[in-house]
Amino acid sequence: MNIINFTPLSAFVGGIIIGLAVILFFVGNGRLAGVSGIVNNALVSKKNRTDNFLFIVGLVLGPIFYVFFTKNNIPFLITSSLPIIIIAGFLVGIGTKVGKGCTSGHGICGISLLSLRSIIATIIFMITAIITVRLIG
Amino acid sequence: MISKIISFISGIIFGVGLSVSNMINPEKVLGFLDLFGQWDPSLIFVMMGAIIVSAPVFVLFRNKNKPLFADTFSIPTLKSIDKNLIIGSGTFGIGWGMVGFCPGPAISSLALLNTYSVFFILSMLGGYLLTKLINKITVAPQ
Repeated sequence: MNIINFTPLSAFVGGIIIGLAVILFFVGNGRLAGVSGIVNNALVSKKNRTDNFLFIVGLVLGPIFYVFFTKNNIPFLITSSLPIIIIAGFLVGIGTKVGKGCTSGHGICGISLLSLRSIIATIIFMITAIITVRLIG
Repeated sequence: MISKIISFISGIIFGVGLSVSNMINPEKVLGFLDLFGQWDPSLIFVMMGAIIVSAPVFVLFRNKNKPLFADTFSIPTLKSIDKNLIIGSGTFGIGWGMVGFCPGPAISSLALLNTYSVFFILSMLGGYLLTKLINKITVAPQ
């Protein structure tokens, strides 16, 4: 194992900012900022639909504000082929719906709540993701 | 009305966090998942930063009567480690490892006007709808 491209400071600061979003959504609206749940509910449920859509629109505006105010570029690179992207999106949709959470819902909110379910979910999706990268990377 | 503004601002802040940490970038995430190759531990620091901030607030607020702008806290009550949790999370991890996209960054990356993000999100939504359909069929009507 070689360690490369490690950016601990921007990662930690970005994490704190994500944490602030989680807190605001929880203390203000009583909800957990699990993105898969928010997107899925915006799609299939009438409950809180406007809130969910507004959160999603905000999520898209975030990077635009960041670039506008800091004048920084956002490094972004996808190397996967289109068929792989479509299959991956499908698996992420099915998996986060069946497992009731993704990196934000289980990995951040659930672990912050010390939920055993979320801790186990996070360990499992990290393991299968690391194996997948090993196999196809 | 205030709750709508809170939802909107929460989304914006979340998207800024994904930009600052560069977790919006699949290449950065794949660097973390390439644990046995060229490893980039940054994602761990993102999770630590977020958890350090949110965990104490959850502890302080979860037993309060109600949030500031809504009637109740909605925290999942499920406790069991069931088959769905394991199969679902395992499946999610495979999709995550294939491209480096999970739902938050995928949505946020629409800001970068990338057509691949659009395809990823459409198939993710397809996955949600298919799962809903299967649940409907397999759960026998009463």
